[in-house]
Amino acid sequence: MTAATDATTKPSPVVDDAAKVPTAPARRARGEFLFFALRSKKFLISVAILLVLMCVAILGPIIDPTNPLAQAGLPMRHPTLDPGNWFGTTYFGEDVFAQFANGLRASFFVGLLGGGLGAAIGMIIGFVAGYRGGWIDEILNMVTNVFLVIPTLAVLLVITSYLQARGVMFEAIFIGFTSWPWAARAIRAQTFSLRSRDFIDLAKLSGRSGWKVIVFEIAPNMSSYLFLTYILLFGGAILIAASLDFIGLGPTGGMSLGLMMYNAVTWAALQLGIWWWFIPPGIGIIALVGALYVMNVGLDEIFSPKLREL
Amino acid sequence: MRRYFGRKLFTYLITFFVAATIDWMIPRFMPGDPVAGLVSQTNGISPTAAQALADYYYKLFGLKESLPAQYLNFWNSLLHGNLGLSVYGHGTPVTDMIMAAVPYTLALLIPAILLSWWAGNTFGALAARRKWLDNTVLPVGYILTATPYMWLALVLSFVLAFSLRLFPLSGGYGFNLEPTLTWLFFTDLVAHWVLPFLSLFLVMFGGWAIGMRNMIIYELESDYSRYLETLGAPQSLVRKYAFRNAMLPQITGLALQLGVIVAGALVTEIVFSYPGVGHLVFAAIQSEDYFLLQGIFMFIIIGVLLANFIVDIVYVIVDPRTRVAMRGGTA
Repeated sequence: MTAATDATTKPSPVVDDAAKVPTAPARRARGEFLFFALRSKKFLISVAILLVLMCVAILGPIIDPTNPLAQAGLPMRHPTLDPGNWFGTTYFGEDVFAQFANGLRASFFVGLLGGGLGAAIGMIIGFVAGYRGGWIDEILNMVTNVFLVIPTLAVLLVITSYLQARGVMFEAIFIGFTSWPWAARAIRAQTFSLRSRDFIDLAKLSGRSGWKVIVFEIAPNMSSYLFLTYILLFGGAILIAASLDFIGLGPTGGMSLGLMMYNAVTWAALQLGIWWWFIPPGIGIIALVGALYVMNVGLDEIFSPKLREL
Repeated sequence: MRRYFGRKLFTYLITFFVAATIDWMIPRFMPGDPVAGLVSQTNGISPTAAQALADYYYKLFGLKESLPAQYLNFWNSLLHGNLGLSVYGHGTPVTDMIMAAVPYTLALLIPAILLSWWAGNTFGALAARRKWLDNTVLPVGYILTATPYMWLALVLSFVLAFSLRLFPLSGGYGFNLEPTLTWLFFTDLVAHWVLPFLSLFLVMFGGWAIGMRNMIIYELESDYSRYLETLGAPQSLVRKYAFRNAMLPQITGLALQLGVIVAGALVTEIVFSYPGVGHLVFAAIQSEDYFLLQGIFMFIIIGVLLANFIVDIVYVIVDPRTRVAMRGGTA
């Protein structure tokens, strides 16, 4: 959770201008990135974990097309008992692995879409506020501060409780629309510090419109920072979705890792000792979100020369 | 000073206004009709009776008036502390139900926030620059921050309550007890409190430890630390200065994390059936009690705003620079 705070409080380094000039220097920057990336233990470990999880999420339901909501064996079977249900079965005899793989898929989807939407809104507001300044900045800053204080989950609770049929798609969209404020604030601060640089002045003098300056001059110069913001929003969206599903507002007729835990608690998995029902979803979320957070730190060290350990 | 707090208060007032407006808008502009949902809960009544019931509900909630009038009515009752009646509580005022649950939630949240903040900062500061401690605190910290609150609660409950029977499995106090001012009741209350507290504490601890570790390393590499070192200042003095500087973002971080922490408390309470606000949220969703849910929403907003304001005051006390700036601004 403090990973998010880090991004807003830590004065993050700005990538050197070399990254945006095409041809030779760009190639050198890419080579440099690879050079440090392949030596960063944090980056390599997190990428390996993410790749494994992605394989499970994408290939799992294809190789083992068991319906996660249909009875696939005897109820409450221990993982060691049936070779067909190697993660065990739930109270209703549903296959835990099928639920896990499909739930992981939903988590990736929520992270990609919800985190992406949050990053997009945060970028638009942050860029405009930081670049324009003046009264536009005042208003956007006020809006950001207002939505920064309102707890995301509380809003989502009230909104989703009115929906009779809920899908992963809508969940991701709602999460995207409520999780942007800290990203907007962080990007605004970065834009603010870039705005008075010489090359921005030069771009303005050459008669480029505000939008072009933002898209072609400012954004490429903080592209690493934007990517790190997206990673944190990705992880945050997965955690929020898990909480929402666990409270009982999960996808109807679908499967998610949070919903697995909700079902386990609702059908007394704790009292019956069916630990294999609620342990896998938690491990999946920890591995996914933890790998994202570690990757964030690893990439930060790769991108900024100051933090590199040689 | 007045300008600083005036500005803060103004933002909080706007936030409250926006939150209340969202609270009012959602049931009226979402697809679907909550009254139809309420009517359908009563099984086996004739169409005419259903129509009469729907009319009654529309009149009761004032949903047939014009929208501006509805909005004014909403504010009027909100400012009078009237949040409607709870379906789940069989007609008990929503405010009463929430007030009964709030002490339990606060008893979990306040110690968990303060202790985890203190312990996390201490461990994080120690971990920076001590290789062996860093190698253990950092991975553990990352695993803990990525842990969903309810999952840690489930694991603790399964291991310590279900398997080892060290703590009670659920509830705020034993089913065989009545809330009284006796020693027996008090110890029972504490026994039920330990596990939810512990799971909240652990997840938050990881976040604070990582944050502090990173901040201290950043501060120890800054110019003033280097300067102190070259002057020959002892390590302990340099670290002391670094710690004080690194604490400030951690205080701001606390304000930013409040929403996440409250969400964590809600789901933790659900795992343990702890009779706080989270349990109430769960019950409200199960019984489609919209008044209760919206009342809880308003309560969470007010609580988070108050906590933010307290953090603002603490920040001014801790950081002398803000005070100097304020004095300079007024003089």
